[in-house]
Amino acid sequence: MTDAPVTPSAPMPESATAPGSAGRSLRSALSSLEIDTRLLGMLGALVVIWVGFNIISGGNFLTARNLWNLSVQSASIAIMATGMVLIIVSRNIDLSVGSMLGLIGYIMAMTQAVWIPTTLGLGFDQPYTWIIAIAIGIALGALFGGAQGFLVAYAGVPSFIVTLGGLLIWRGLIFRFQQGQTIAPLDGTFRLLGGGPQGALGDVFSWVVGALICVGIIYTLVSSRRKRRSYGFPVRPIWAETLIGTIGCLVVLAAVWTANSYPWPGALAAQYAAEHGIEIPAGGIPTGIAYPVMIMLAVGLVMTYVAVRRRFGRYVYAIGGNPDAAELGGINVRRTIMGTFVVMGILVAISAAVQTARLNAAVTNLGVTNELDVISAAVIGGTSVAGGIGTIPGAILGAVVMQSLRSGMLLLNVDSPTQDVVVGIVLVAAVGVDSYVRRRSAS
Amino acid sequence: MATEQPSAAPGTSPAPALATSEAPLVEMRNIRVSFGGVHAVDGVSVDLKAGEVVGLVGGNGAGKSTLMRVLSGAHRADSGEIRINGQPVSITNPRVAKSYGIETIYQTLALADNVDAAANVFLGREITNRIGSLDDAAMESATRNVMNRLNPRFQNFKSPVKSLSGGQRQSVAIARAIHFNAKILIMDEPTAALGPAETAQVRDLVAQLKNEGIGIFLISHDIHDVFDLADRITVMLQGKLVGTVNKDEVTKDGVLGMIIMGKLPSEVSHEELEQLLD
Repeated sequence: MTDAPVTPSAPMPESATAPGSAGRSLRSALSSLEIDTRLLGMLGALVVIWVGFNIISGGNFLTARNLWNLSVQSASIAIMATGMVLIIVSRNIDLSVGSMLGLIGYIMAMTQAVWIPTTLGLGFDQPYTWIIAIAIGIALGALFGGAQGFLVAYAGVPSFIVTLGGLLIWRGLIFRFQQGQTIAPLDGTFRLLGGGPQGALGDVFSWVVGALICVGIIYTLVSSRRKRRSYGFPVRPIWAETLIGTIGCLVVLAAVWTANSYPWPGALAAQYAAEHGIEIPAGGIPTGIAYPVMIMLAVGLVMTYVAVRRRFGRYVYAIGGNPDAAELGGINVRRTIMGTFVVMGILVAISAAVQTARLNAAVTNLGVTNELDVISAAVIGGTSVAGGIGTIPGAILGAVVMQSLRSGMLLLNVDSPTQDVVVGIVLVAAVGVDSYVRRRSAS
Repeated sequence: MATEQPSAAPGTSPAPALATSEAPLVEMRNIRVSFGGVHAVDGVSVDLKAGEVVGLVGGNGAGKSTLMRVLSGAHRADSGEIRINGQPVSITNPRVAKSYGIETIYQTLALADNVDAAANVFLGREITNRIGSLDDAAMESATRNVMNRLNPRFQNFKSPVKSLSGGQRQSVAIARAIHFNAKILIMDEPTAALGPAETAQVRDLVAQLKNEGIGIFLISHDIHDVFDLADRITVMLQGKLVGTVNKDEVTKDGVLGMIIMGKLPSEVSHEELEQLLD
């Protein structure tokens, strides 16, 4: 990771004229890359965590199986963390996401396990069941989030209080209506959203997706360079563009290769092979990228676009930087704040679908303490609690870092309370290091 | 709500308008703003014509900034009337003010510190493509053009404005105000944070904008600034209008007397003036 960008092929004016220390030339190389150094630091930390666990566990961490599971476990928190970034950037907080997830999960489960098949008498596993369940969940997410956002933005109740109330209210409603029952089983199609061997793309489509992402990376780099050129703006040196494109594509293809290296479990593969009259390939049936991970990637892409390229995202950051200036600049601050909570609610519904599908049930403690994981992921991912700063990719990376810690400790048979202690320490340390670095770079 | 009876203060009557047939660009009539019983602005009337600079002066708490915040939509007046080109308007928020071509450079600059210069210049008025995506390259290009005019040495187009110097931040705030074809410009202490060279630039800019027919309200503590730039000078004291005078018809000492004693130069006795000048 850290030894990659040292040998530029093209001449670099700064380092050519000034034969400074190796540190300076590395720094100027990094600045030519124009990559967020914070994101780079986080990637470095992730690599250290992965390699560290791999060594301690005797090579059990960096296996296709473990990494595949890690990707699925990170997905639901990562999806919500992308929304939490916008909430925290605009100087608010949402403590209600865990409870809201539980309530929406319960309602989506009821829709497919009770209301459609029994109450309406339409039967189980109808082709439309999963779509209706998700549509209801997303509509409710927007509604619940919107209600909280309205109170924050228009009624002026602090978001901490509104969503603390939400935490109690949504969870209370679950206990009130669910009465401790487990709602199951869920619709067969809906269940695929949770991952599992069949809830994944398989090798061919995974390679197609990987190839498409690579094309997307290259297209973005080329078109943004061409655009800056056409305006006569300074552009990155060509070696930097090539390096970013190459590393990006290699990482994507390596991830696809890893997901494809994880075979279906033997018994399931044998059954599937017998049913379809095929032979099991040498390495087993490749699983490929799991659907929850695909959902996470899609959400990450859309949310990045919203945060960086839409007015709404621009306003969220401006409000976080200076709410008064945003208001005086003519931004509708209230509508924007309410919007962040609506987006958060929709993402909660998507995560609720992933989590219930994965469990194949809705249980009363679904989503408990998820709000803490989501906020931690956003903050570990570089979101400043003071507002104004934070990125979507950072939050996703933060979720992966947290899940890596938990999964690695699980592999080492560390008990759950100790895991919490470690994650807590990492959270505080991450923010501490980050603010230390920022103070130093500011002075 | 025990509001005080509006006292018939000297100068509550409209400022004596120069004889013109067409309506002034801006007329503010009997504007009142109070904060919890304190009259920040108490029945003040001012007007502004196209291509004119009106200096607003007065001590701390005179109410000049509050009066201008009413015009820029940052504050609602409790009562009073605003006319733009003779038409009564209701300026309920900054968006409405901007729609009338009223742009403001706030003393605090009112910049979003965490985003770059272009994002600040276009804040609330972003350039988007046909599907509504922000066109950052176009905004950066336009910002580079306007900055070239204002502050040719400005080069930090990628940094958040937090990392810029006071003068550079001021340039961003000015760029934002003039880029959108302002008709009415409110400048609140535009040179307070600036060095001599940058102050001279702002003065040149004011003269240039005036020539383009823009009406400018200039709030300043610096009476020399105001005398150099303004056509008329409006003096406020403790929320009330002392009076509006043509710059050519008064001396700096006369204006100083208005600021401190709240009286028009003609009302100030010889003894009082001597006392003041000691």
